[in-house]
Amino acid sequence: MKIKWAFLCLALTILPVLTGCESLMVLDPKGPQAETQANVIWISIATMAIIVVAVFVLLVIMLVKYRASKQADDYEPPHIEGNPIVEAIFIGIPVIIIVFLSVVTVKTTYQVEATPEHLSKEEPLVVYASSSNWKWHFSYPEEGIETVNYLYIPTDRPLEFKLYSYGPITSFWIPQLGGQKYAMADMVTTLHLAADDPGEYMGRNANFSGKGFAENTFQVKAMPESEFDEWVDDVKKTAEPLTEEKFDELLEPGHLGQLTFSGTHLEFRPAPEGEYSSHQHGADRAHETSHGDHTEHSHHK
Amino acid sequence: MSYFDRFAIPHPSPAIYASMVAIGLTVLAIIVGLTYFKKWGYLWREWLTTVDHKRIGIMYLISALLMLFRGGVDALMMRAQTAVPENALLDAQHYNEVFTTHGVVMIIFMAMPFIYALMNFVVPLQIGARDVAFPRLNALSFWLFFMGAMLFNISFVIGGSPDSGWTSYFPLAGNDFSQSVGTNYYMLSIQIAGIGTLISGINFITTILKMRAPGMTLMKMPMFTWTAFITNVIVVFAFPVLTVALLLGTMDRLFGANFFTSTNGGMDMLWANLFWVWGHPEVYILILPAFGIYSEVISTFARRNLYGYKSMVASIVIISFFSFLVWTHHFFTMGQGPLTNSIFSITTMAIAIPTGIKIFNWIFTMWKGKIEFTVPMLYAVGFIPIFTVGGVTGVMLGMASADYQYHNTMFLVAHFHYTIIPGVVFAMIAGLTYWWPKMFGFMLNERIGKWAFWFIAISFNVTFFPMFFAGLDGQARRMYTYSEASGFGPLNLISFIGALGLAAGFALLVYNIYYSTRYASRNISSDPWNARTLEWATHSPVPAYNFATVPEVHSIEAFWDQKKKGQELFKGKIEKIHMPNHTGAPFIMSCIFFVWGFSFVFSMWIPAIITTIGIFACMAYRSFEKDDGYYISVEEVENTEKKLRGAS
Repeated sequence: MKIKWAFLCLALTILPVLTGCESLMVLDPKGPQAETQANVIWISIATMAIIVVAVFVLLVIMLVKYRASKQADDYEPPHIEGNPIVEAIFIGIPVIIIVFLSVVTVKTTYQVEATPEHLSKEEPLVVYASSSNWKWHFSYPEEGIETVNYLYIPTDRPLEFKLYSYGPITSFWIPQLGGQKYAMADMVTTLHLAADDPGEYMGRNANFSGKGFAENTFQVKAMPESEFDEWVDDVKKTAEPLTEEKFDELLEPGHLGQLTFSGTHLEFRPAPEGEYSSHQHGADRAHETSHGDHTEHSHHK
Repeated sequence: MSYFDRFAIPHPSPAIYASMVAIGLTVLAIIVGLTYFKKWGYLWREWLTTVDHKRIGIMYLISALLMLFRGGVDALMMRAQTAVPENALLDAQHYNEVFTTHGVVMIIFMAMPFIYALMNFVVPLQIGARDVAFPRLNALSFWLFFMGAMLFNISFVIGGSPDSGWTSYFPLAGNDFSQSVGTNYYMLSIQIAGIGTLISGINFITTILKMRAPGMTLMKMPMFTWTAFITNVIVVFAFPVLTVALLLGTMDRLFGANFFTSTNGGMDMLWANLFWVWGHPEVYILILPAFGIYSEVISTFARRNLYGYKSMVASIVIISFFSFLVWTHHFFTMGQGPLTNSIFSITTMAIAIPTGIKIFNWIFTMWKGKIEFTVPMLYAVGFIPIFTVGGVTGVMLGMASADYQYHNTMFLVAHFHYTIIPGVVFAMIAGLTYWWPKMFGFMLNERIGKWAFWFIAISFNVTFFPMFFAGLDGQARRMYTYSEASGFGPLNLISFIGALGLAAGFALLVYNIYYSTRYASRNISSDPWNARTLEWATHSPVPAYNFATVPEVHSIEAFWDQKKKGQELFKGKIEKIHMPNHTGAPFIMSCIFFVWGFSFVFSMWIPAIITTIGIFACMAYRSFEKDDGYYISVEEVENTEKKLRGAS
């Protein structure tokens, strides 16, 4: 009877907590990659709940049943070395759980590191996202435009972000579209994302980068492709061109609002990739052995 | 940088002048007090020059407790700053310094000395030895750690504290982006303390391998000694990496080298790799001794032998091995590709298996036991559920695909506090309370102790549980403020309330020490807990020579079997005992190290050269010194024994 009530109480406390989670950003995905990740998180929570419940229940049983105040004064606890069967069970079950979670991890890690499957036929939109203290510069090389601190993207099209940094290591993160990746000064990393739903999302640098770190955010707006194309045309017609002097000015430490330019800084200040890079990381290397590769690429040209 | 700029003169904040005055007054009070009570000689003879492992342990303990409060005040400041959106209590720079020093102080200058305090005090007693293998080196270890800690702490008032996080990632920590001397302090003070730790590692491995009492085979060592042994093996493998990383970092900062810069061929992520090749094993350096303490405490107060001793030993060995194979999970987001991330995901999650074994073994140690809820036991049974939550969130973080969402968020902050606080801090308080009567000859008050426990355990969850949600809601760590619109406000406010509760709990802990020192009975036996291992077989307080005759051991729980089965522990006759002489050399050498570190922080080359010569002179002096120690005569041992037996 007592145990029944305990379970009921547990269920009643867990339910509202779980429903409350739905509104948490990471668990409210708006793109295929973030959705995969949210699913992995839910799978891991459910699996881990087995362990947590097992430990809690066993502990409570032991503490209630074997506390000194409930036992006879002359009770002498026995000497028990261990039991191979019991120990096999509590090694075996965790092993099974970890094997299961490993399979899930490996599968999904390859998934989120590649273009989302259902969009793989689409041509990806390439965006160079570089950070400088404490701003984000977004260059659209094919469209020939550049923005600062805001990002417009089309929905239902794969996005390929090329990340690097002018300064400290930063981490490019749009929680509702997918997990983050580092942007570093001496290499370019690639992040594959996509958006399903039009809407406005929060993006930020997640890696501590000094004084202005807390405000190092950007706004993301996802819209249907036609609207996106209109916006690009509009920018090309109306925005001022980005000059080298202007770009150097933008790199100065500080916060700026949202800015728009035609042309990109890649023309006069290419990203540290290919022959400009000291070592290249992560670009479409899903099927390569990273270790061997890494050492090869570290040699300076 | 001009000379006075380096010292940050004039200071930007009046709070720093207030701290300077406070520090000055404290130092003055100590000097006046020592002179007035004529305690200079006592201090020098009994403490500054001691090589006794028990005294060194107590000095480690005092330093660790001081640092616990220093780091705790930092924590409170952080929680207060983020309690409400757009708070202006601290500015960004100040907040960055506070979380950086909080991390460094808690890991390097609080947790490390705390584990070495207990190891120093307990390990030689548990294996029936008179001291550690190299008593003088042991003193040097302590004083190097102490001077490192002091050097780090003066950064607050002279020159500015480090501000690029306790991980100090380059290029942020390089000269381009971190222009004050703060990171110089970081590099040099951790280096000095780290050398001390490395020496301790060698010392304890030798002690445990070579100085066990007759009959104590490796598989008859008490669990705390086992964990101490494995911990020190990890120290000896991991700390050289830190030494090298800090050396390279120092070269970058002081001599314009380009190891970690983002230009001229430097590799910023090389620092991250080196740091975590040390940093991940470091986590297990902290947690394994805690596991040892819980093993002792749970079997003592469940009144039963430890369940599955062999699998416990096997699991710590496996954990130590795996601890070196997982460091990359600290930067899954570096872009090393899915293959590398998958491999490190699997090794990371695999650590959960031996750790799980230990949890279940502790639970089964209570099976058929007779559990008494003393203060140490409360911390041990409180640890199990909290640490389990920390452990399972660790597995969640270990899944690379999901980690891309948790990385650098409050979720991570919640996770590691859920492992380190119940793992290390609870264990340290449990160990402190458990071994306190052996250290000081009286017990801490159980009633106040239980109040402190409930305050700490409940407030802990109030503080850190909301952070899991804040992380999943997109709050990055290390943000000094956030907007109202972000919606992080309520969760952070709950955290702050919890932090206040934690502060109250720790205040009760201090009050307990004060209260018990004044009012607790001195009339306790040498074995007040009815314990099971060898350290309880000698008197409390422990005489300088530990055991009058060397014990002979026949089982894991030698002392318990003596009590229950009548096995004789002390068979031999009392003979004269060889002991090492006191020496001032480790203290003096460490003082020179302090000045050496300070000179390097501020690039003052003349004192740097002089002190470097001084350090080598100290070593040369030692190598030509003839010192064979001294003997305690049979008569003296007999007298001491008689007196202590009367007392206890």
